[in-house]
Amino acid sequence: MSKVPPDLKYTRTHEWLRTRPDGTVEVGITDHAQHALGDLVFVEVPQAGRTVAAGEPFAVIESVKAASDVYAPLAAEVIEGNPALEHAPETLNTDPYGEGWLARIRPTGAPGALLSAAEYEKLTAEESD
Amino acid sequence: MARRTPLFALHQAAGARMVDFGGWDMPLQFDSLLAEHHAVRRAAGVFDVSHMCVIDLEGVGVRALLEQLLANDVGRLTVPGKALYSCLLNERGGVIDDLIVFYLAEQSFRAVVNAGTRDKDLDWIGRHAASFGVKVRERTDLAMLAVQGPQGRSSVAAQLTPQAAARALALGAFVGAEIDGWFIARTGYTGEDGFEIMLPAAEAGPLWRALTAAGVVACGLGARDTLRLEAGMNLYGSDMDEDTTPLESGLEWTVALRPGRAFIGREALEAQRARGIERKLVGLVLEERGVLRAHQRVIDADGGTGEITSGTFSPTLERSIALARIRAAAHGTVQVEVRGKRLAARLVRPPFVRAGKSLIG
Repeated sequence: MSKVPPDLKYTRTHEWLRTRPDGTVEVGITDHAQHALGDLVFVEVPQAGRTVAAGEPFAVIESVKAASDVYAPLAAEVIEGNPALEHAPETLNTDPYGEGWLARIRPTGAPGALLSAAEYEKLTAEESD
Repeated sequence: MARRTPLFALHQAAGARMVDFGGWDMPLQFDSLLAEHHAVRRAAGVFDVSHMCVIDLEGVGVRALLEQLLANDVGRLTVPGKALYSCLLNERGGVIDDLIVFYLAEQSFRAVVNAGTRDKDLDWIGRHAASFGVKVRERTDLAMLAVQGPQGRSSVAAQLTPQAAARALALGAFVGAEIDGWFIARTGYTGEDGFEIMLPAAEAGPLWRALTAAGVVACGLGARDTLRLEAGMNLYGSDMDEDTTPLESGLEWTVALRPGRAFIGREALEAQRARGIERKLVGLVLEERGVLRAHQRVIDADGGTGEITSGTFSPTLERSIALARIRAAAHGTVQVEVRGKRLAARLVRPPFVRAGKSLIG
């Protein structure tokens, strides 16, 4: 059973969002996603200063077998990509909600349709049926 | 509906992630592909390779049949048990399949061919066998396990009687023998030492359980692919097929063109050689961050283009490696188009890894 922390928001494409006190947002991939992808061996995080539209691919994560896009959950400006992932992509597997964060972003538009933890849990349960 | 090996229920119970491979429902990985890969390089891993097709060939004309069908020289097989790697070619010199053939006894050989090519191989071999008076029998009664890694042979030996263990451990490289009802061969597809064991289907589950209980790591096709690619071994259907010849697939060493040998495809290969080989299969090591994947475009220093046929992240080298088919004249460094960027890769001669050690500078 994959972990779904109750205090985060989620997307249908398996990203999580954590809103910080200053209004910026930390983004990563869910435990469900990292498990489905398997051992991750390469991560390309977005450049600071890049502006992204909601749903735009803004990071690439690659397992031994395949490459996958990660989508920006909101229209935003990228504050920073997680520099630690360059040399330790496996952090995405071992700590997806903590040290494995992908990027910090500053929302530039209206919040999109995000999922609560309960809704995301329901989504992944349906997917594994 | 996909076919299942005798170990299917065990894989499912172990929680393996399953994948369709050549029409078979096979384990892709059990727990962690990387852990499975490293287990084979450092200790021992066991693979279910029962999807591969074992074909017994018997009859007075079996040597003559294999002389005609195989690009490699079956005449090299003079000692019973010895194995030979060869391509099976069509008239155009294209690769129908690659296989291993064992010399069992004077009128008896055993071929092991790929799962996805089973039907066309059986058809091709069967069509030629009739005129040589050779009986072709697919051994669907056998399962096959590959136990690979520096501790692979000793792990298997520990499951045998002392007499059988002694015989198995005495096998030379690329030699197999029937030992107490199991055909045990010192062969594999990982670049490590080890055994491949063909045994009655009902005995495969107990052996699998005994090996894994003794600490041999259950491995899936994912690790099998990264291991074979590090070992510089071609995968049929990815690195060569019916439209490529062994001469443009890094397999010149398996083509025996000694005078007087007549085999299907020889004329086409000689004509190709006389014209000049235009393409070659090479190894690539990515010099930058990223992962090389099959079908990415390769651009050589003179602007010629080619294509990656197999690519992966190499767990042993911790960088990306690939096999690519490029212009024969290309050398040095090439560019690969990886997700919209051009990344530099260096040409190397495979294998990349052998017996746990990096072979690239």
